[in-house]
Amino acid sequence: MQPSDMSAVDLVTAVRHGDLTALRATEAFLERIERLDGQINAFLSVDREGALRTAAAIDEKRKAGQPLGPLAGLPVAVKDALCTFDQPTTCASKMLAGFRPPYDAEVVARLRAADAVIVGKTNMDEFAMGGSNENSAFGPVHNPWDLTRAPGGSSGGSAACVAADMAPVAIGSDTGGSIRQPAGLCGITGLKPTYGRVSRRGLVAFASSLDQIGPMARSAADCALLLETIAGHDPGDATSLESPVPPYGADLDGPLEGVRIGRVPAHFGAGLDPEVAHAVEEAFAAFRAAGATIIDIDMPHADAGVATYYLVAPCEASSNLARYDGSHYGHRAQPGRLHPVEPGGHRAEPGRLHPAQPGRLHPAEPGGHRAEPGKGSGASGGGFESALVEMYCRSRAEGFGPEVKRRIMLGTYALSAGYYDAYYAKALKVRRLIRQDYLDAFEKVDLIGGPVSATAAFKLGEKSGDPLAMYLVDLYTVCTNLAGVGGISFPCGFTKGGLPIGFQLQAPALAEPLLLRATDRYQHLTDWHRRRPAIAARPR
Amino acid sequence: MSLSRNDVAKVGLLARLALSETDLDTMTRELSTIVGFVSQLEQIDTTDVAPLAHPLDTQNVFRADIPQPSLTTAQALQSAPRHDGECFLVPAVLGDSGAN
Repeated sequence: MQPSDMSAVDLVTAVRHGDLTALRATEAFLERIERLDGQINAFLSVDREGALRTAAAIDEKRKAGQPLGPLAGLPVAVKDALCTFDQPTTCASKMLAGFRPPYDAEVVARLRAADAVIVGKTNMDEFAMGGSNENSAFGPVHNPWDLTRAPGGSSGGSAACVAADMAPVAIGSDTGGSIRQPAGLCGITGLKPTYGRVSRRGLVAFASSLDQIGPMARSAADCALLLETIAGHDPGDATSLESPVPPYGADLDGPLEGVRIGRVPAHFGAGLDPEVAHAVEEAFAAFRAAGATIIDIDMPHADAGVATYYLVAPCEASSNLARYDGSHYGHRAQPGRLHPVEPGGHRAEPGRLHPAQPGRLHPAEPGGHRAEPGKGSGASGGGFESALVEMYCRSRAEGFGPEVKRRIMLGTYALSAGYYDAYYAKALKVRRLIRQDYLDAFEKVDLIGGPVSATAAFKLGEKSGDPLAMYLVDLYTVCTNLAGVGGISFPCGFTKGGLPIGFQLQAPALAEPLLLRATDRYQHLTDWHRRRPAIAARPR
Repeated sequence: MSLSRNDVAKVGLLARLALSETDLDTMTRELSTIVGFVSQLEQIDTTDVAPLAHPLDTQNVFRADIPQPSLTTAQALQSAPRHDGECFLVPAVLGDSGAN
């Protein structure tokens, strides 16, 4: 069996027993990246040399009889939203093109300490904002099941690289569905842990009360293996939870007798594709056959989830992204026409990454009056109030893409004087009602099941012209983040056209063991998760 | 709910985003649509509901006020667009200096 066909659990076992070297495992996946990623674009950077060096060192360690970490020799792809001190970290944004963080994210440090081999950084929607990966400044990811379709987002590169066997496991992040939705559209398994279960230190912040890092893999068992390493308290993240980390992998494939799974009839409304509805109902039937009880429940405020999310997340984002001002790191605009470039000045990244400036940029004034760039001399003048403010405004205008700007603008508006109560404070109140729905539901059931997305993978370009249509893609996933609970998505069938369909389970805070056990049980009874796209099966 | 071009221009300034004339037109149209959509929350009765800013009942975390190892000056400056080895360099705040 080729290393690229092996599960992550089998890979680390083989390396530990000496049946497979870390080097050979790493080479096998690097070869696949080289062969396939030209068509898929899942990686923003591949650290071939670093990965081979790490793998060789692990093999040396084993030969010398030194203890190996729990992920020894396991190639891992990491979403480019997590800081890596030895590889670029761009968040798929021109703002951070070429940026080298001075430190590793806590999750990356834990992966290295566990002797995992980081093969590269994966493509994503810019700053994790999007559900199709089309918002990447470095080109969209193509869904391995159909290259004309989106892989979902924002962790689309992580999902696609696992689906095409370019990595056995990947790290993603999920603010409103960014692990679960691409996992569903790419036919893999992705877990968004409880808020605070995994440290966010070194994850480029999008919406800090919603962001959570999680594993993406071909099965629940492989997700469990990865979660065991990355979960746990970190003094560097004040919101990370102190609860001990259970042995997720040891408690799999248990019986589901007595487990109560909630089904929300409102999920099966007019917007749900009939093929998706059918596959999801079949999955409920499979769980029932496995001994679980299916109970219809009501989530009365679920309909308000997307509107609530698209206030809370942009508000937090507008604050978090204020740090990109061209001062400390990231893109700085070249001085304008009236400000000649200083001989000693240098820029954070090569200028060729930036398209020619489309016309003059200038601050628009509330009165509708247009200022002449650089002309103003004071705070109340006609132009930017200072050269510093001009640098901020132009660096951000050049560095951020359209969706990121939209969300910064939306959040800034909703937080501005006169609108705060009507929008942000209102959304926080509805957020409490949404969380209460979950608390009430988990009095009656142990898990909540349902669709991940209303449709299978959509065509690239199909929704990119309509921001609101794209936001509605998040319908089934955003409430999990608003409530701070955990959720997992995994394949439960295929459309007639051969596209994977995802099923989602949600659980109370810290019930990851049950999420993983139920999914693992399902994956012992079905083989949807074993299907590979034609592109992955193609012989060398 | 629709935003005026002036509203959007003001928000652009608050957000420190330079917007071209075309940007202003597009943004006014798109933000109006999105704000119209999120305004549906008005219809939900939230009388006596307290805002929820964080999903879990977390408490503020304090640590002992003891210096810990952190980034060196060189590390902190390594990605700066401009620096002098000690400080980040930015254009002048006062006056119309050309430094950038």
